[in-house]
Amino acid sequence: MSGRTDKLIVIGNGMVGQKFLESLCEKNRDADIAVLCEESRPAYDRVQLSSYFSGSSADDLSLVEGDFFDEKGINLKKNCTAIGIDRKSKTVQTSDGDELGYDKLVIATGSFPFVPPIPGNDKAHCHVYRTIEDLEAIKASASESSSGVVIGGGLLGLEAAKALKDLGLETHVVEFAPQLMAVQLDERGGALLRKKIESLGVHVHTGKATQEIADGEQTRYQLKFSDGGTLNVDMLVFSAGIRPQDALARDCGLEVGERGGVVVDDYCRTSDPDIYAIGEVALWNGRIYGLVAPGYEMARGLAAHLAGADTPCFQGADMSTKLKLLGVEVGSIGDAHARTEGAHTCLFEDSTAGIYKKLVISADSQKLIGAVLIGDTSDYGNLLQIALNDIKLPENPASLIMPDMGDAPGIGVDSLPDRATICSCNNVSKGDLCTAIDAGAVTLADLKAQTAASSSCGGCAALVKQVLDAELSARGITVKNHLCEHFSYSRQELYHLVRVHEIKTFDALLAQFGSGCGCDICKPAVASILASCWNDYVLSPSLAGLQDTNDYFLGNLQKDGTYSVVPRVPGGEITPQGLITIGDIAKRYDLYTKITGGQRIDLFGARVDQLPGIWQELVDAGFESGHAYGKAMRTVKSCVGSTWCRYGVQDSVGMAIFLEQRYRGLRAPHKIKLAVSGCTRECAEAQGKDIGVIATEKGWNLYVCGNGGMRPRHAELFAVDLDNDTLVRYIDRILMFYIRTADRLQRTSVWRENLEGGLEYLQDVVVNDSLSIGSELEKQMQLIVDNYACEWKATLADEESLKRFRAFVNDPKPDEQLVYVREREQRRPATEDEKLAMQRTDTMEV
Amino acid sequence: MSMEEEWVAVCPTTDILPWTGVAARIDGQQVAIFRTADNEIFVIGNHDPFSGANVISRGIVGDIDGELVVASPVYKQHFRLRDGICIEDAQVSLGSWPVRIFDGIVVVGRHQQVRAA
Repeated sequence: MSGRTDKLIVIGNGMVGQKFLESLCEKNRDADIAVLCEESRPAYDRVQLSSYFSGSSADDLSLVEGDFFDEKGINLKKNCTAIGIDRKSKTVQTSDGDELGYDKLVIATGSFPFVPPIPGNDKAHCHVYRTIEDLEAIKASASESSSGVVIGGGLLGLEAAKALKDLGLETHVVEFAPQLMAVQLDERGGALLRKKIESLGVHVHTGKATQEIADGEQTRYQLKFSDGGTLNVDMLVFSAGIRPQDALARDCGLEVGERGGVVVDDYCRTSDPDIYAIGEVALWNGRIYGLVAPGYEMARGLAAHLAGADTPCFQGADMSTKLKLLGVEVGSIGDAHARTEGAHTCLFEDSTAGIYKKLVISADSQKLIGAVLIGDTSDYGNLLQIALNDIKLPENPASLIMPDMGDAPGIGVDSLPDRATICSCNNVSKGDLCTAIDAGAVTLADLKAQTAASSSCGGCAALVKQVLDAELSARGITVKNHLCEHFSYSRQELYHLVRVHEIKTFDALLAQFGSGCGCDICKPAVASILASCWNDYVLSPSLAGLQDTNDYFLGNLQKDGTYSVVPRVPGGEITPQGLITIGDIAKRYDLYTKITGGQRIDLFGARVDQLPGIWQELVDAGFESGHAYGKAMRTVKSCVGSTWCRYGVQDSVGMAIFLEQRYRGLRAPHKIKLAVSGCTRECAEAQGKDIGVIATEKGWNLYVCGNGGMRPRHAELFAVDLDNDTLVRYIDRILMFYIRTADRLQRTSVWRENLEGGLEYLQDVVVNDSLSIGSELEKQMQLIVDNYACEWKATLADEESLKRFRAFVNDPKPDEQLVYVREREQRRPATEDEKLAMQRTDTMEV
Repeated sequence: MSMEEEWVAVCPTTDILPWTGVAARIDGQQVAIFRTADNEIFVIGNHDPFSGANVISRGIVGDIDGELVVASPVYKQHFRLRDGICIEDAQVSLGSWPVRIFDGIVVVGRHQQVRAA
């Protein structure tokens, strides 16, 4: 630590600039720090930018924790750029008109997207892909476009293509080189990647030079290629590489590279010893590092250096990368093209499974110097560690990439040295993970929180998990996820016990596998499992005591102890007579009436003793229980679809009614909501539902695991252009798989986030039937469908069940403490103050 | 005092399913009556002080650390069946009533027992 207070200015607050500030603050270096941030919001995660289109908000992407700047006393100037550096007077001129003095200056201005000089590149719907504002502009354009093209088939270009696809556009990628991702992949890998991406419906055009962006006829624009070809699209995104944002440095006479970039030494020092440059603006050893991990390394190194460390800040970085592009796993390590002299290669290709793996091995066959992985990157972590740590290759290196035949040699995480870097984004070594595990971290979440491992790109998550598992088992620790004190099993385990042992009652399960009497945690959870497995009547005497009050009285308990009544309105379609019937009942019972978000009608304020009467009338009029009270399938919302709408391409109402009638009454770990939209305009908001179905010209796109509510989550595209039968088969399988494997009260969104292997794993289980349980899941769903009966109809026909709807077992008079006032012509529970006031006067109106 | 003055006959035990509760009125007071699988009967107050609603009889019955409890169906606090005391906040009690079974009929004492934890 230097101890003296000096003035430090950081120009730029991107990912690297922010990492530098965090690292500096950790060193407690005393400095008067000012940060110039060009954008309206401080640092956010550009690596995860495309998730902005699949549900993440700008806040989710933020990299700044809480009041970081205030807390650390850092002067953050948002919407403020540096317009000049005066090295003599050591001042920076800002766009605000200020002049700030510095002792040390850090340039972290990053890069800007390169827009090729093509005529027409400045048209209104031409975009770049770098900031949240860029994304907002892309989103706005997409809302008035039906097709889009990304110019550039590199890593970032394919990310942008995913964004366009997520926005529902017909998506094209145009690449000048003859293959995709020419920097990271060899020709064969690039070809397979192309095939996979094309099978997802993205059109790939390689070896194409765009010469002009002209106005189109059927579409907004027409791209004209040098070979005479054309492409019709409504909007464009340029992703043709980055250029260092080095104008400031250039203008003040700092040394810059021939093709841009501020020249720095091993201490990130520019040609002026008081000015430093880090991240994508810095040119080290003739090279720009366009990945976040090397930028972070510079940031940490420089922070240490400024705090007094004498070791070099940066000595080059590994550019290996692993990511998912449009759902395709891609990994590239070191010398992917085998350009090193004398290098050998070793290939594995399975074109049916869409997997390609290549090892690049040193001339002496001792070391791994590069690798390419497409379709399956599960070996990435191991291979990277072998390459980085110079671990001697096994005699038969092919064994490292051969599919697991049961005796995989691997190197295993055990053989990694403690210094091995597991998370390169945040520089977390295996030793750091072990220290955290020793300090009590026993879950992946704990470990992430304590070490920051896997909290940036997430590429190392599987490896972190392996280290955790290996270390825990080495320490003899087992992790408990027991349901409650009565059952030493997780919900998933109980589910299997119930099925395998064909257990039909709670008492039998408790006697065989539990202890004590049960409680309000395990009883409803087991009731739900029993219902999902056998679908018996929930109010049969052996099941009644397990039910939460909502299921016990088949209504939703409200704050005053009354219940709400929701008849099923499949797909939201209801006849005028149906509306009149509901209205008439509501009027006679003076029920507060409200339209729900699920396109039904909620009737509030029904006393327990009124429920059977109300439901008798509803059932007589042909209505059924809406299961609004249960952890069950609730509604299938729909837009009006092709039967009326000018834009609809399929009968969304018909599909919604079909689905609602199929899954009505299905009990699950939590509530399940579905929606069906008749076209890409998505008026039914299906992408906010557990299961979302959106019509296409060719069939249906299926979205899964979305959620509104407390923690909104954008649903993910699961499969495209499905016919009716396939759609229903996939939904059957997904829902049953969820019911089998989710935790208690876990909605599909959280379930999906905790699913190891993520969306791809779920697709594998459902689409490819990788666990060979597909037909079993379908059979089980069919059993539930076949055993469906309206619970209210059954209750009304059963004298014994009806008895429990008495207000008091020894008095027919209802609860006199239920007090109401009228508001906007309807009834609502009186507040405490109103009740007190009423004791003085007899009636009141508000 | 005679038996009739001290005790109120409420309902046959068979009106209460094992591991469930019913609401009843004792001299205008609302109580919740629970029955276990072993035919044990407990009577505590029906008014849930946390929500202000009269709903305790509709809670799920079980045990926590060997103590029989009912969980409020509104905000899920647990109350001991033997004396109505709240597990999460021992200052709060629903009160309890003496009870016995006479010839298959649940008979409840008129005088509420209030006991500190």
